[in-house]
Amino acid sequence: MNLYGIRAIYNFEMARMRRTLMQSVLSPVISTCLYFVVFGSAIGSRMGDIDNIAYGAYIIPGLVMLSLLMQSISNASFGIYMPKFSGTIYEVLSAPVSYVEVVLGYVGAAATKSVILGLIILATAKFFVDYDVLHPFWMFSFLVLTSVTFSLFGFIIGIWADGFEKLQIVPMMIVTPLVFLGGTFYSIDMLPEIWQTISLFNPVVYLISGFRWAFYGVSDVHIAISVGMTLVFLTACMAGIWWIFKTGYRLRS
Amino acid sequence: MQPDISVKHLSKVYGDGFQALKDINLDIKRGEIFALLGPNGAGKTTLISIICGIVNPSTGEVKAAGYDIIKDYRKARETIGLVPQELNTDSFETVWNAVSFSRGLFGKPPKPAHIEKVLKDLSLWDKRNNRIMSLSGGMKRRVMIAKALSHEPQILFLDEPTAGVDVELRRDMWEMVRKLRENGVTIILTTHYIEEAEEMADRIGVIRNGEIILVEDKAQLMTKLGKKELRLQLQQKLDKMPGELMLEPVELSDDGYELIYTFDSQQEQAGVARLLRTLGDLGIEYRDLQTRESSLEEIFVGLVHE
Repeated sequence: MNLYGIRAIYNFEMARMRRTLMQSVLSPVISTCLYFVVFGSAIGSRMGDIDNIAYGAYIIPGLVMLSLLMQSISNASFGIYMPKFSGTIYEVLSAPVSYVEVVLGYVGAAATKSVILGLIILATAKFFVDYDVLHPFWMFSFLVLTSVTFSLFGFIIGIWADGFEKLQIVPMMIVTPLVFLGGTFYSIDMLPEIWQTISLFNPVVYLISGFRWAFYGVSDVHIAISVGMTLVFLTACMAGIWWIFKTGYRLRS
Repeated sequence: MQPDISVKHLSKVYGDGFQALKDINLDIKRGEIFALLGPNGAGKTTLISIICGIVNPSTGEVKAAGYDIIKDYRKARETIGLVPQELNTDSFETVWNAVSFSRGLFGKPPKPAHIEKVLKDLSLWDKRNNRIMSLSGGMKRRVMIAKALSHEPQILFLDEPTAGVDVELRRDMWEMVRKLRENGVTIILTTHYIEEAEEMADRIGVIRNGEIILVEDKAQLMTKLGKKELRLQLQQKLDKMPGELMLEPVELSDDGYELIYTFDSQQEQAGVARLLRTLGDLGIEYRDLQTRESSLEEIFVGLVHE
């Protein structure tokens, strides 16, 4: 295994985050904090509890998940798209690195950034909302698993995209609505039955539900189903990446 | 001795059906400078890209340093350094970081002393902490070369290395390439500057429409395909070519003051003596004469337009 190669890609990507702290870290932290201030402190105090959890605390897992998904996709897609855009991808393609190593480097860095960001957002949330974490191990595991899964998804988007617009389409047009409709601000039990059923087709429901369970021990769906669905999506992303490198799709002609 | 690059029956058909390479067979010897010449779109970059792993071959076999580029791709690629045609650089990175990144990517442990040597050899040492975006085009080209040399490759591909580079820098690069060859590095060069190939190459390959049409030692190529030209400046204007000279490959210039005699450089020079005797017999006097050999550029143009 080319460990130096993996490390080179990983460090290169992490260096990019350090160069762009405002955009990579500060911007998502501030925008998530605004949700905490508006929905947690201001409006939340006038809302009733959900599953015996204060509304401000109830929305924390969903909001962290929103940032985590968006940043994982954005970090990984941008990470692989930029070398394609600038032409420096030739170096990665001509280097003695396997596709697994390439993915470990890019996705590893993207997931690391997302986990760091998630932890910063959680720490910042403490300033606005009082919350506890019932299962810290599972909370962190979910954080890592989701970051890796959506970084893989972002990597696929980065390969697929042939313009900056396409990089934005999936996070903005698909992921954001799925997160908002996936139980970030409410329990799906509060929906009419038909919408509850429809919500179960939203993969983000399982992520938020599982993450919320790690915080408060309550969930819309069973934790095992949440973990299972996340693993299914992870496997699907890995299969997609395997296919991309096997066929050279948009990488090798 | 086994060739450093061995290409056998290599073909490439792109997804849109365009056949870029047709049954290429080519051996490049260890430690030589091989110039690959051809007009735009001939297949030079496709051939290089396949050997380096950037483009997939359709059929055929390629070995680099004895390793198959598909089955033993790691070992094959470890031996290769590539300077691509385009100035593709990580604009926001510093020179030092970009070159160090390349070394790591190729599986080599950090070796600051080597990076320092490469940067000094390429006159980049003073710029090591500068962002690449702040460098001139020529300096960026040097960074590309430094990146390619960062992992100490045995084989170096230079795809149009001096495109857009000023004369001084071009001379520096030629010098650097010669030094690399002295250290045993095999160099494959594509260039539009035929004088560059003429100046540096040991062997020349010409590719046209995806086919290698010639591979020859440079000196032999110049001898075999080169032409010599004798130009005689006449004392008196000739209105038309004298009939006695019609048998020789002689032309009369438009102004009538010059006779141009073209002959193979390999051919015995009896024709020149015969021409001069005939001129004497005809009473045609000349005030000066000069000979010149055709350049590689003229040979190349002749080959690709056949």
